[in-house]
Amino acid sequence: MLANFTSIALTIVGALTWGLLLGGISRSVTARIHGRMGPRITQNFIDLWKLFRKTSSIHHGGMFWMAPMFRITGAICVLIMVPLVIGQSITYNMSFAGDVFLLIYIMFFGCLGMALGAGNSGHPYAVIAVSRGLAQMSSYELSFSIAVVAIAVGLHTFKIEGIVAAQQAGITSWNVFRFPFASAGALLAFLPMQMAYPFGIVLAPQEIPIGPPTEYSSRMLSFMFSGRAVFGVAKLLLFVSLLFGGASSWLGLFVKTFLLYMYPVVVSSVFPRFRTEQSIRFLWFIPTTLAIVDLVRVML
Amino acid sequence: MYCNQRPEKPGNKKEFLEKITNMARANSLWVTAYGTGCGAIELRPLHTSRFDMERFGIAMRPTPRQADVLIISGYLATKTLKRVIRVYEQIQDPKYIVALGSCTINGGMYFDSYNTLNVLDKYLPVDVYVMGCMPRPEAIIDGFSLLMEKIKDGRAQGWKHYKENLDYYRENQKKIITDWDLPDYNW
Repeated sequence: MLANFTSIALTIVGALTWGLLLGGISRSVTARIHGRMGPRITQNFIDLWKLFRKTSSIHHGGMFWMAPMFRITGAICVLIMVPLVIGQSITYNMSFAGDVFLLIYIMFFGCLGMALGAGNSGHPYAVIAVSRGLAQMSSYELSFSIAVVAIAVGLHTFKIEGIVAAQQAGITSWNVFRFPFASAGALLAFLPMQMAYPFGIVLAPQEIPIGPPTEYSSRMLSFMFSGRAVFGVAKLLLFVSLLFGGASSWLGLFVKTFLLYMYPVVVSSVFPRFRTEQSIRFLWFIPTTLAIVDLVRVML
Repeated sequence: MYCNQRPEKPGNKKEFLEKITNMARANSLWVTAYGTGCGAIELRPLHTSRFDMERFGIAMRPTPRQADVLIISGYLATKTLKRVIRVYEQIQDPKYIVALGSCTINGGMYFDSYNTLNVLDKYLPVDVYVMGCMPRPEAIIDGFSLLMEKIKDGRAQGWKHYKENLDYYRENQKKIITDWDLPDYNW
């Protein structure tokens, strides 16, 4: 029991550190693409500490205070329900507790809490961003869910451990090769999940500056940053487990999550932004159709 | 949402923790994206590829709630003062003001203008002045370096001074803003 608790605590701290470091690396990579030097890769740690120590006297109601907690809770729940390294059962944390459907549900729990908190802040930009975000979320959730169902039906298991175990017979047994259309749909849905361009309509700096967290500052914002870093790593782990055969070693885990993290960063750097209706139309048609193709294939 | 109480006087914090935090504050300055005068044009090259202020940890924030620094970028018109006060007071502590150009020091070329403030220090606590008309990005970076040093040493205390001498600043502000319709405490 104690070992389990220790493992969960270390997983959370490790995910926060790795998430912030990945964020710093992505800022540097984006800067190099712009032809700039960019910040140091530890910049996110410095920002986080500064925000944590900043005072705040802003109050907009109960939900406003609870939203960052919702976000961080959702992120941690997803994180500890995904197994980390295959074969090291101590790193499976709470993955016995649920299947992929529960994970998909919990993944959106934090976002919904954030939406309520941002709405409570009363800022018009936050409210616009929330309506955009929820509309977009319902679009990519559809394609992602169908892709997951296609994989689960194809492998006859809804347990993540089972899905990972079914991919251990070499690279060709990875789901990204066995279910190419569903994987393409899920990977396209991964871009709006990471708020990457061309799907960055929620933060949209040129229209609704910063979006939902407009009224958040100081310690509240530092919690939101932490939640985002942990949630980012949790999503990476989930995608690695679902599509890329999980990780058989710590090195493999870091390499796979790093490469997967870089995919939206690079795409984001070279694309302009969709308008809301373009983004939703794209997500409803292209990734969803791709996921349905594989679902029909496995059903037949 | 406004506050109906006077600001609390900032207390003394644990010295060791403050030293570490000051290092972080100096290396993570977030600037409110708000240009008050012609100097705002020099901020564009500063945060794009040519001068790249992000390498110093300086970033623009679109909302005062998340910012640390307010740049008064050149002349400050009497009409703009009310908005600047509102923005400054919405920034959470600790916060700093960087004033650009001769206009903020003594009015510059607008020294006898009927609608431009001459000495900014009377209305808001300025931490760093950057001279020039207008200061080029190199000069602004130099100003930011000075601000960073002051923050590291714990000398950038304009925000404390503002809270402790609120009556003095309010009196001066109300002399300029004749149609004062702001709440007295904007924290």
